[in-house]
Amino acid sequence: MFRFVLIRFGRAFVTIIAVMTFAFVVLRLSGDPAAVIMGPDAPIEAVNAFRAAWGLDQPVWVQYVAYIQAIFTGDFGVSMRGQSPALDLVVERIPATLELTLPALLLQLAIGIPAGIYAALHRDSAIDRGVILGAVMGFTIPSFVMGLVLVLVFAVTLGWLPSGGDATWQHAILPVIAMSVGGIGILARFSRSAMIEVMGQPYIRTASAKGVTWGSVVRGHALPNAAVPIVTIVGFMVGSLLAGAVVVETIFSWPGIGRLLIVSVTNRDLAVVQCILLLVAAVMVVSNLVVDLLYGWLDPRLRGHAAH
Amino acid sequence: MSRSHLVQIRDLSVAFDGVPVLHGIDLDVAPGEAVGLVGESGCGKSVTWLAALGLLPAKARVSGQVRLGAVDLVGAQRATLEGVRGAKVAMIFQDPSSALNPVIRAGRQITEALGIHRGLKGKAARREAVRLMELVGIPDPARRFDLYPHEFSGGQCQRLMIAMALAGEPDLLVADEPTTALDATIQAQILDLLATLREEMGMAVVFISHDLGAVAQVCERICVMYAGRIVESGPVGRVFDAPRHPYTRGLFDALPSLTGPRTRLSPIPGTVPDPRALPQGCAFAPRCARAVAVCSLQRPRLEPDADGRALACFDPVPADARTPAEAQHPAARASAAVRAVDEAAPPFMPGPHGAGPAGSGPDRGRWQEAAQ
Repeated sequence: MFRFVLIRFGRAFVTIIAVMTFAFVVLRLSGDPAAVIMGPDAPIEAVNAFRAAWGLDQPVWVQYVAYIQAIFTGDFGVSMRGQSPALDLVVERIPATLELTLPALLLQLAIGIPAGIYAALHRDSAIDRGVILGAVMGFTIPSFVMGLVLVLVFAVTLGWLPSGGDATWQHAILPVIAMSVGGIGILARFSRSAMIEVMGQPYIRTASAKGVTWGSVVRGHALPNAAVPIVTIVGFMVGSLLAGAVVVETIFSWPGIGRLLIVSVTNRDLAVVQCILLLVAAVMVVSNLVVDLLYGWLDPRLRGHAAH
Repeated sequence: MSRSHLVQIRDLSVAFDGVPVLHGIDLDVAPGEAVGLVGESGCGKSVTWLAALGLLPAKARVSGQVRLGAVDLVGAQRATLEGVRGAKVAMIFQDPSSALNPVIRAGRQITEALGIHRGLKGKAARREAVRLMELVGIPDPARRFDLYPHEFSGGQCQRLMIAMALAGEPDLLVADEPTTALDATIQAQILDLLATLREEMGMAVVFISHDLGAVAQVCERICVMYAGRIVESGPVGRVFDAPRHPYTRGLFDALPSLTGPRTRLSPIPGTVPDPRALPQGCAFAPRCARAVAVCSLQRPRLEPDADGRALACFDPVPADARTPAEAQHPAARASAAVRAVDEAAPPFMPGPHGAGPAGSGPDRGRWQEAAQ
């Protein structure tokens, strides 16, 4: 078990380094922050002075080494715009993003999984067909379309809810819905197929044959087995929620990390963008790590195969 | 008559998506009796008992009667079925490794049944489960109680299944090809175990198999099924001595003879008919060497015979027809064969599981899968 955990941690660390490197290189190659920040009319001396001040005149690998060294001392750089530490800017926005992503995640789990399981247990019923239809619609409609439609219907036409901003909790309703619909669809679909698969296994028949009541077969024998594929998908969804936040926060003018990312990319504010990407990578890696550890807990057969 | 029967099946029929796969089975099991159900894959052996216990998927349409005492199980309420399963009738399955829940500790799967049927909880349940594990021959059961099914071998998983089935102290144990997925030597041990337990606990056993040798070892009565019908039934001794239905006869002829001169096996020509396109008359007629004109027009009924068997054939094999290879009881024939093999001491007998009768000891009749 210790070896299992150790290998997973090692892999997580390597993944984060890889993401940081990738983000660093791509950002350096995709445009000159000095030109953007100083504006097109800035004198060449000023631009060069800016480059020198931020170390942008150094070769990329020198910048990279400096960047990595700084990271390990806890220095995530300074925003080229506001001169405040990038980390502070990002951390400041985290609560706003959590206000959307956490309720969205809870909604996905609370609706998607039960809907999928119910559909699986009542296969080919009207409700099952309804769940499949809803699920397909849910995950095929892109969140920006969903967001715009929600604004059009509930804010513009009906006038029930605000269309943007973060003043009250009502402001969060539409973005949370826009963010969770896709995940609900995916989870419902996955839970359904996982449960159908498990309910067809010989051990379910064994449990029934020994007199276990149907409810206990579902709860005690089927669900623990269906949990493995469901947990896998939930792990992926935690990461995609952050990606979804970029789109949804922009549509609903929600002052979270997603909007900060868009603004910082537009401004070529390298330190902030890198800091956000690092955070996103860390969240993805941690959620996958948690999923891996949960596997071992959920399925005793996987405990012995930690090394693979 | 009906009072003396534990289970009485009448005209049991099953259809999947409108395709009938079981065409009116009549079968009685007396208390303490051991009945063998033999036939090729897909002939309805397992379906009969899965249907009886309501374990078929919802799309299966089941009709007829399965009487257990005063209760008819066909179309019974879920609660009625749950009260019967495990308590009156327990069932064990082919491929024990996948029949046990992979994420639940082996011992817990037994105590679960003990809790349901005997109200045992906690320490008492654990003690009883360990006793059952010991009874079915699992070494060091107290320690292995907490292991998961994948930490047991296939044979031990089948022993766990049997322990689980015994937990409810059932009147009838339905063993659905319990040895098919196991090595030959392990098969023999499991068969021994089933025979011993049956003797000790006085429960009836229905043994579903396509292994004639295993049936001979465990059962008193045999029902041969073909394409969803019983085509011949009777006491094991009589049916094995003189199989009268051409299909039964074909099953025996398809067994390799280990004593006589080396001859080609005579398999039954053709394949099992598609249940969607059964022949109009006898389902076996297209493969039958003895078929006469009437066979393809009319379906023979299962009629009782003077010597205690029932037979569905217009032109059965004469009762006294023997070939030298069948001059003795098949069990004796096989053990003679095994003895011959032991004396010749070949290092390896190829068979469906990589090891043949050589591994199963001198006293035991073992066949390879007769009907493949």
